[in-house]
Amino acid sequence: MTATTRSAPGEESPDGPRTATAAPPRRRSRARSRALVPWGFVGPFLALFTLCFVLPILYAVYQSFIQIRRYGLFGEEGRETVFAGLDNYTRALGQETFVDSIGRVLLFGAVQVPVMLGLALVLALLLESASARWPGFFRALYFMPYGVPGVVASLLWGFLYVPGLSPILDVAGLVGLEPDLLGPSGVLWSIANIITWMFIGYNMLILVAQLKTIPGELYESARIDGAGPLQTAWNIQLPLIRPALVLTTIFSIIGTLQLFAEPQILAAFTVNIDSAYTPNMAAYNSAFTDNDYNVAAAQSVVVALTAFVLSFGFLWLVNRKDRRR
Amino acid sequence: MTTTDVKKDDRAPARRRRGGGGTATGASARSRILVTAILAVAAVYFLVPVYWVFVAATKTTSDLFDSFGFGLGEEFVLFANVSEVLTYNGGVFWRWTLNSLLYSVLGALLATLLAAAAGYALAKYDFRGRELVFGLVLGGVLVPAAATALPLYLLFSQIGLANTYWAVLLPGLISPFGLYLCRIYADASVPDSVIESARLEGAGEGRIFFTLGLRMMAPALVTVFLFQMVGIWNNYFLPLVMLADEELYPITLGLVTWQSYQGRDIEMYTRVVTGSMLSVIPLVIAIIVLQRYWRGGMTAGAVKG
Repeated sequence: MTATTRSAPGEESPDGPRTATAAPPRRRSRARSRALVPWGFVGPFLALFTLCFVLPILYAVYQSFIQIRRYGLFGEEGRETVFAGLDNYTRALGQETFVDSIGRVLLFGAVQVPVMLGLALVLALLLESASARWPGFFRALYFMPYGVPGVVASLLWGFLYVPGLSPILDVAGLVGLEPDLLGPSGVLWSIANIITWMFIGYNMLILVAQLKTIPGELYESARIDGAGPLQTAWNIQLPLIRPALVLTTIFSIIGTLQLFAEPQILAAFTVNIDSAYTPNMAAYNSAFTDNDYNVAAAQSVVVALTAFVLSFGFLWLVNRKDRRR
Repeated sequence: MTTTDVKKDDRAPARRRRGGGGTATGASARSRILVTAILAVAAVYFLVPVYWVFVAATKTTSDLFDSFGFGLGEEFVLFANVSEVLTYNGGVFWRWTLNSLLYSVLGALLATLLAAAAGYALAKYDFRGRELVFGLVLGGVLVPAAATALPLYLLFSQIGLANTYWAVLLPGLISPFGLYLCRIYADASVPDSVIESARLEGAGEGRIFFTLGLRMMAPALVTVFLFQMVGIWNNYFLPLVMLADEELYPITLGLVTWQSYQGRDIEMYTRVVTGSMLSVIPLVIAIIVLQRYWRGGMTAGAVKG
């Protein structure tokens, strides 16, 4: 086959070589239909992506800038939609509980994400070390909580947090400890424990996957240079799995901002979780309790923007360090 | 191997060295005990809630509150509890289970097919707008799913889709992560030459994808399918926002409904606990049996990620 056929990627028809030089009309129309082939493959995905991702985002942005004005006591004298500027945003951010909820998840993330990823990293390194026995068994076991729905995990841990029901508190009581796991300050970290329990294994698996791509020769030469296991981990393994660490951090940041199911379920066990405990709960509350979709939309947009700013901020920070090196 | 070698090899990742020979012997007995002990302690942490729920599901309501949580109660009523959950309120738990299966298995199957087709096209065809599509979809990974659920509800309620099976099924058909993985995998594992020669034999583009592409991308497809299935099965916020009709609920939503009755009816505790246990079983088995497949596909993702 000649190079000329290669140069026209859309026209690799069975009877090739002549295509590049002369293209009779029939050919050209066939070439055009060839150009549509990739869109045939991408089309269904793209259509649903537009319906379920792009449109809702645009719609949320639109909703967040409008307000419905009702006239008469029950809106019986008509209603109109007006442009509201930043009014919905001012009202959303004017709710003290909403602002508090953002601060709360930021604090949550600042503590929980490093702890969870640190533990996932340690477990991944240990599982990949020669000293681990039955690594496949442990790996499967650690990953198991990922298959437990957040709702069910919260129910299970909720029962384990309740005084009188919890065997953990019974055991702690034997040694004189009486932690208030559902108290005003403790409950946030009780939620953190649920998230950590669910996602350590998932993150560990991503890290293990990248650890497995490190060529054996690198370990060999580190060993010849006299590097111990800690030095090998620090100087070889950590730098080489950085992409996986960055990926898991970003997923974790986004997940943290979306917190909803776990605090909502735990709220049934304690009075210390209010209906606007996380930004997402606040938005849900605005929409379905206050029936104020415009403020809810503004809150959703704020959550998404915060996620964007934090993940790109984190990426920027990581890249800047890279350039310095 | 000298003794000093053995010491230095301490915990070094010997197992990975291909053809290294005598791999596991590289670690000293002491470090092996230490590492395995740490791993075992971690295992206990992961097992505690699951162990608790399996024990708790065997108890009567009074034993649930009065006996020690990690030990058996005075009576063993597991089977009575299970049949109570399955028959309570006209067997609605079955309905929820079937709904969850429908949403997650059918949704994940179609999502995998859509992601595979789109990823394959992005990897194997050079067309205008290709990078734009890819960038747009990757941006979708960064959008919190919960932030789109509310506006999606408003949108769906305007076109009459809210509170129907479609409301939960349709958003589950899109997996930006799946598209990403499929593109990378197709890039690496479906050779141009194979497509080329299939074309020379007169196969159509669609047939090439369905017969050759899909088969060659199979390992990545298993990963995409499993992730999507677990994601949909575990989802709570979307069905909560979309569904009002209890008949359409997945298990997660159903259990929360039962939980909300706990204050009024103390027997509800046993139903919630036993229902939780039943809902954990299928996915935990699936995950443990299939966890080897997660690895294969994810490596491809992690290499470039």
